[in-house]
Amino acid sequence: MDRGAVASEVARGAPSPGARHVPGAGLDPIFKAALYGCSGLILILLASIVVLLFYGGWPALSHFGPSFYWSTVWNPVTENFGAGVMIYGTLFTGILALIIAMPMSFGIAFFLTEIAPVSLRRPIGMAIQLLAAVPSIIFGMWGVVVVVPLMAAYVEPPLIALFSHIPVLTYLFKGPASGLGMLTAGIILAFMVIPFITAMFVEIIEAVPTMLKESAYGVGCTTYEVFRNVSVPYGRTALVGATMLGFGRALGETMAVTYVIGNANRISASLFASGSTIASTIANEFPDAPAGSLRNQSLLELGFVLFVISFIVLAISRLLVRTGVK
Amino acid sequence: MDRLARRRSVDYTMKAISSAFAVISLIALAWILFTLLQRGLPALSSDIFTKAISDGGLLNAIVGSLLMVALALVIGAPIGIMAGTYLAEAGRGSRFAAAVRFINDILLSAPSILIGLFVYQMVVVPTGGFSGWSGVVALAIIIMPVVVRTTEDMLSLVPIGLREAAFALGAPMWKVIVSVTWRAARTGIVTGILLSLARAAGETAPLLFTAFGNPNLTFDLGQAFPSLPAAINQLAQVPDPAQVSIAWAGALLITAGVLALNIITRVVLAPKK
Repeated sequence: MDRGAVASEVARGAPSPGARHVPGAGLDPIFKAALYGCSGLILILLASIVVLLFYGGWPALSHFGPSFYWSTVWNPVTENFGAGVMIYGTLFTGILALIIAMPMSFGIAFFLTEIAPVSLRRPIGMAIQLLAAVPSIIFGMWGVVVVVPLMAAYVEPPLIALFSHIPVLTYLFKGPASGLGMLTAGIILAFMVIPFITAMFVEIIEAVPTMLKESAYGVGCTTYEVFRNVSVPYGRTALVGATMLGFGRALGETMAVTYVIGNANRISASLFASGSTIASTIANEFPDAPAGSLRNQSLLELGFVLFVISFIVLAISRLLVRTGVK
Repeated sequence: MDRLARRRSVDYTMKAISSAFAVISLIALAWILFTLLQRGLPALSSDIFTKAISDGGLLNAIVGSLLMVALALVIGAPIGIMAGTYLAEAGRGSRFAAAVRFINDILLSAPSILIGLFVYQMVVVPTGGFSGWSGVVALAIIIMPVVVRTTEDMLSLVPIGLREAAFALGAPMWKVIVSVTWRAARTGIVTGILLSLARAAGETAPLLFTAFGNPNLTFDLGQAFPSLPAAINQLAQVPDPAQVSIAWAGALLITAGVLALNIITRVVLAPKK
């Protein structure tokens, strides 16, 4: 065995070669068991989340059948519930957030890795990271008092005037300019996930071998061309993974969305229409749904759906990032 | 325009757009802080710190938040450190560790409202009502994955030679980990704990149906328990402007605390590369 292999054996707790008696080694099994147990707890935790949400939502699913997933009715009075509107709203706002956040994160990563003076990179990068630390509810309150009025006064009316007469686009850009709705939620979500995506983009871009970049510069590429044709292709898989991670985070954001999405129970193709997401519906309605009621079970089933969607997205994201960055 | 000039202008344009994007994000952060100061500062009177929500202050919410986060830390951080240590030391390269690492990454990004639902099902329903303890459990589950991740990252930065040297002196594994590896990675682990604390302190969604909130000062974790985020959420939605401005004062306090923790960990405790 070479030195590294011995070292890693030793690091795993094997007695070092040559040691005959290690005083205090009797505690090792206990310590190891504690380490093992705490790790096992993580697995048990995730398993219990799956089981409890499934178990809690099962009565609703068996009552409404699989049509629960696409039914767009949500009526507490008639006790008729379906997840269609919320699944649509969750994906719609998540995709909107991604459409805004991805180019911006690319730009910021380009700025932080290639353009900004070296002395400014850390402070600016840190300031952008601080956006991620701002609690979700603060984004929501800020959204209501700042972004919503801005959207209603300056963004939505001109967009409606511009696009509402063009055949296909009219569906996207119609409706009253209330400021609340899908687009506003998408924008706020975008700002919430930009720090996560950017941080990973920067890490991935920095992992590109300098020699590759230098050779591209050597044949006369501009900074942007090197970024676009060398760095991005090199880290493609990981970059897609990082984007998925942002998407996964956007899907589950609760408080910020709850404040600005308008909380209407309908599906509309319009960017300005009010809607609701799975998370916002749970946040709004759970306190009014007594334990054991059909409404309560339907909300738990919604939670289970959100869990499954985010699990799939996050799992794909982790796999891509891991295979992409070595 | 010749080819070179066109390529140069594309380069210039993309650089300008990218810089603009960075500036836009910074403006968003500055704007949020400005709005918080503008609306929160005027309401920040001594009443905020001396009276409960029922009397027009936030004292009970502040105390409640501090207490719940502290207890959550006491539960979540040790488990997180142990699990992170397992991943970096004992389980290095094993399949079980790979599974734990993967699941921990999922938990780290999982929607926090689902943690709330989970704890509601696990604690609130069986015990028959909202309680401070259920809030503590929910926050502990938020804290754990963050600590696991940073602990593992920091421990893997500790040079293998340090461990070898300790083992060569005849130290058993637990002693090497406790007095050598943990010691070497101490700052990093503390950073992780502080970051997890900052995250837990700002969480609202998992508290909505666990600790719920309480307008009075209480230390009884067996009943509905106040917290700053839940209080902000309730006060912000009341039509009364006085209540709303108290909510903004709370929002300012919590954001200032969370950002201060983040800045401290990033500037003071950040590992030197």
